[in-house]
Amino acid sequence: MEVQKTALYNYHKNLGAKFVPFAGYEMPIQYKDGIVKEHISTRTHAGFFDVSHMGQFFLEGDETLVESLEKIIPADLKNLKINHSKYSFLLNNEGGIIDDLIITRTEKGFCIILNAACKENDIKQISQFLKKHHKHLLNNDLSLIALQGPKSVEILEKLIPGVANLKFMTGNNFEYEGENLYVTRSGYTGEDGFEISISNTKVEKLIDYLISNEVKPIGLGARDTLRLEAGLCLYGHDLNEKINPVEANLKWAIAKKRKEVGGFNGWEKIKNLLANGSEKIRVGIKPDGKVIARENTKIFSLDNNEIGFVTSGTFGPSVNAPVAMGYVKSEFSEVGTSIQLEVRGKKYGGKISELPFYKKSYVK
Amino acid sequence: MSEKKFSKKHEWVSLDGDVATVGITKHATEMLGDIVFVEVPDAGKVVEKEGQAAVVESTKAASDVYSPISGEITEGNKAIANDPGSVNTDPEGASWFFKLKIKDKGEYDSLMSKDEYDKFCKENPS
Repeated sequence: MEVQKTALYNYHKNLGAKFVPFAGYEMPIQYKDGIVKEHISTRTHAGFFDVSHMGQFFLEGDETLVESLEKIIPADLKNLKINHSKYSFLLNNEGGIIDDLIITRTEKGFCIILNAACKENDIKQISQFLKKHHKHLLNNDLSLIALQGPKSVEILEKLIPGVANLKFMTGNNFEYEGENLYVTRSGYTGEDGFEISISNTKVEKLIDYLISNEVKPIGLGARDTLRLEAGLCLYGHDLNEKINPVEANLKWAIAKKRKEVGGFNGWEKIKNLLANGSEKIRVGIKPDGKVIARENTKIFSLDNNEIGFVTSGTFGPSVNAPVAMGYVKSEFSEVGTSIQLEVRGKKYGGKISELPFYKKSYVK
Repeated sequence: MSEKKFSKKHEWVSLDGDVATVGITKHATEMLGDIVFVEVPDAGKVVEKEGQAAVVESTKAASDVYSPISGEITEGNKAIANDPGSVNTDPEGASWFFKLKIKDKGEYDSLMSKDEYDKFCKENPS
């Protein structure tokens, strides 16, 4: 398959981006400043992320569309208000996570933001449940820009008046340069911020404005350190088709009503797990020293029994220490439990930690 | 102290009598990005030429640091283990990785000069 590029590819190049192949796209891993500076400037000022590789999947239909989608998504879509968003997932028959996503109710139906690496399969999986009269479109004419950080609201409000009134996990239509664009107050960094769905033809102009307001470009490297500090999962690493939402410690994302009534893929299994707990569970991990426990690091109990593995691990620039997430046997999941991490054949001490590692309050 | 010599794996070596000082080059730090973890060898460890001797990790990945020269470690630089970021600021000065007592000066002589190394980096961009 040919490597794909986002509409901003040349723009990134001019900003000094270093590219890596990611989910079939050439994406910036970092710019001139490097990962730590990009991370810190997002936390202290604001940064923008080109996340146009992610799928913007639009669905239109009547109330039967809700029934169709609820068979594969365990959110309460029936009661989701227009312009409100939920974090949820697509589930397979075993309750495994096919992808994690953000779903927003629109006037005509729904918009689902899908991970780049999963989007084609996701659409296949969703389509199985759709009826003939439901319309759907993966819109590749739109870019998606995440603007994240404490100054985001002040900067975007000057350009697009009204965005400051959005609450966390809600969105609306706005006008910019004579075109409609859709803005949600959301993101994946643990900071206040927005995600802006904008046509490929106008996106450069928006970025020009952001850069003139000292908003730095942020690559995938800092996106990873930011989301990990915020305790957020990365699909393909912390989540996959063999992991269910109970194991992933994401049962909060299954709507209360849906937990009781069910009617979605894998519910029987999930119902059982909700009642009895799972054998393993996702936890936060803090190594005691400076050692970084990266993905696939084996986790041992103090008496040297293997009890789990790391799924994401890096150095957290705002925590100023190494941070990791992984799966351990549930009896070792209590915060504060001492564990050992095997790095390069040597065992290092660590502790089960609360998530997130870094906390800020969203605008509610 | 002798002039610095360079390896294809982006380490530098300087020689004082039969004790060599080894570090990673500025070019290496630029490729690695922000360095957040360093592990240096303890005194007494014997290393072979091109054998793994230390570890350096950036926000992106972990990399081995090889000794461009055989010998017995006399000292690891604990200062960089405590402050890994200092490797980015002064890689070819205060932020050396380890010192070792060498066996064969011929190994040092066979390494690249500064000019040869710069040319090597230009021809092998990564």
